[in-house]
Amino acid sequence: MVRYTQTSRGTTYQFDGLVDLMAKATPLRSGDELAGCAAGSDAERVAAQLALAEVPLRQFLDEPLVPYETDEVTRLILDTHAPDAFEPVKSLTVGGFRDWLLDLAPKPQAGAVLGALAPGLTPEMVAAVSKLMRNQDLIAVARATRVTTAFRSTVGLPGRLATRLQPNHPTDDLRGIAAATLDGLLLGCGDAVIGVNPAGDSPQTCADLLHLLDGIRSAYDIPTQTCVLTHVTTTIGLIEAGVPVDLVFQSVAGTQAANQGFGVDLALLREGHEAGLSLNRGTVGQNVMYMETGQGSALSADAHRGVNGRPVDQQTLEARAYAVCREFEPLLVNTVVGFIGPEYLYDGKQIVRAGLEDHFCGKLLGLPMGVDVCYTNHAEADQDDMDNLLTLLGVAGCSFVIAVPGADDVMLGYQSTSFHDALYTRQVLGSRPAPEFEAWLRTMQLMDDEGRVLPVEASSSVLRSLTAVGR
Amino acid sequence: MTDFWDELRATTQARIGLGRAGDGMPTSRVLEFRLAHAIARDAVHDPLDVDKLIAELVRSGVCAGPDDGEAGESGGAGPRLGHPTTVTSRAADRAEYLRRPDLGRVPAGSPVVPRSTADVGFVLADGLSARALATHGPALLSALVRALPPTLTLAPPVIATQARVGLGDHIGAALGVGTVLVLIGERPGLSVADSLGVYLTHHPEPGRADSDRNCVSNIHAPGGLAYEVAARVVAGLVAGARQLGRSGVDLKDTSRAAELSTPDTALS
Repeated sequence: MVRYTQTSRGTTYQFDGLVDLMAKATPLRSGDELAGCAAGSDAERVAAQLALAEVPLRQFLDEPLVPYETDEVTRLILDTHAPDAFEPVKSLTVGGFRDWLLDLAPKPQAGAVLGALAPGLTPEMVAAVSKLMRNQDLIAVARATRVTTAFRSTVGLPGRLATRLQPNHPTDDLRGIAAATLDGLLLGCGDAVIGVNPAGDSPQTCADLLHLLDGIRSAYDIPTQTCVLTHVTTTIGLIEAGVPVDLVFQSVAGTQAANQGFGVDLALLREGHEAGLSLNRGTVGQNVMYMETGQGSALSADAHRGVNGRPVDQQTLEARAYAVCREFEPLLVNTVVGFIGPEYLYDGKQIVRAGLEDHFCGKLLGLPMGVDVCYTNHAEADQDDMDNLLTLLGVAGCSFVIAVPGADDVMLGYQSTSFHDALYTRQVLGSRPAPEFEAWLRTMQLMDDEGRVLPVEASSSVLRSLTAVGR
Repeated sequence: MTDFWDELRATTQARIGLGRAGDGMPTSRVLEFRLAHAIARDAVHDPLDVDKLIAELVRSGVCAGPDDGEAGESGGAGPRLGHPTTVTSRAADRAEYLRRPDLGRVPAGSPVVPRSTADVGFVLADGLSARALATHGPALLSALVRALPPTLTLAPPVIATQARVGLGDHIGAALGVGTVLVLIGERPGLSVADSLGVYLTHHPEPGRADSDRNCVSNIHAPGGLAYEVAARVVAGLVAGARQLGRSGVDLKDTSRAAELSTPDTALS
């Protein structure tokens, strides 16, 4: 194993391989402490960052953090790496790569250069450089990326911020879900997707929900897509049964073992992707996958081990999940940043940092990154922290965020961002919904020429009758 | 407008039709939300008043008092359960408990509990909502004792603080019981901050996996699963585990599976 050493103010620190160096260089978070791989002190953390800055980027091609032989995610990462795309940065160190990115970000050609570079980058490379970056670096570089995907609406265009309308219900009551959908549409949300996490996972429940959502979408000719976030095998079955499926959903993680914990592997995801494509339901694009990730999922499945059984830090594992996503050309990738709890991200500071890291890493790898800006009640966080992260992500050019009624998800029991929060973000940053959806909002007289969502009375809106769909 | 949304609110607890102050929420809605969050936060951080809980368990008649001698396993006319003992986890305080679920799963030192050959043991654990245990623990424990057949012997309950579900494996092994039932406060949500869950582990011993357990959750009054209903389900699971010789994924509550919620993995 390669040993990395760093002497700092008379103290010499040693790191056993990239896996140890990466973990120790990570900004403090509770999940790495829980996994036993965090730096033992603040000084050791910075020593690791100093050592990491000197590591050549190509070292990540030679020294996998998770063994190639036993992990199909590692094989995917290394087997699909594009040497030609890597060419512009192949001689850089991690620290040199940070400077290179910051030098590029303000230039007009940055988006094109970063887009061409993405296939040459591995998740470990982008995770490494993110560990050296301040929050403003993560924002500046992510903002310079251009990742555009499309199905019935276009996601990721400059100056646009899309939203997933999330009308969850604890018992999947169709009228309740229709009511929350109406509320969200009246507040201009739903251009990324109208997506329900079902409380019950039976195929019949999912089919009922898909028929409801598709009925609403087609009745009002809404240029968006709908999704019921159930296991990929269930969705494949629903497609075979002729249920109207727009997007194929799946949660994924950064190791083969963690994906097994989700009941998936790359072959099954390929099957889901092909099933989605076979329906040909997109109008402006054919990105049919919706994938969710989040720091801590590998650790919580006890599937976070790398070379020699050493724990891999949770941020690197999260970036590796993006390699899985990238393979399937998703419309949307959503990192559900504060969902699991304080044992992985303890407080608002850790959640904000993780959200910016995830967004940066995903964008640099070429993905349409959205963030569920969220927390649980046992985390040290509140809506002010969500306001901070939401605003920062808006500045960073985040593709989409989650919108639930009043920020309170009554099915999943956590807090996210609200329809109102989406309006706030668009107003302070001057951003607009997806162009197809914006045109629809204007046609429906829900939005004025300045892009303001009008205060329309629900009782007098033509949309009010959509709540009759579930009766 | 009000009538329109009021009718829809009957269909969902979601915060719909909140109105607007510019692009933000009206003051009343912001403060309502803040109050719900504060109640949920307090529920996470409020410590369990162990003495008060013991006094309530004795007062309600489910447990023997400290001087009542050998109550319990005989199954006589008095309380069926002996006097409670207490155990704390290796998590020193709430901050450490939230960060280190691994420490919440192991006792601080060897659990000092009365060795028993009873069929069933009870662990009353604070979990993420001590309030849930304080509010619903005594009534649920009483309902469980009533629901379990009189042929089963029952160990005195153990009150566990800074506890995760896995702590019950150590306590159950130290007690020497065949089956342990962990009554534990669930992660508080904005609408319910005092919900209780019961985790069943047959042949408890350190190292049991979550897939070795069964869970009945969302027990709270009113609105959640009623004590008597939950107790009947748990009693059925205890009988099933004893017959099957194990608990977990192979053990199903076939009587009313549709009404059961999924286990709260954040607790385990």
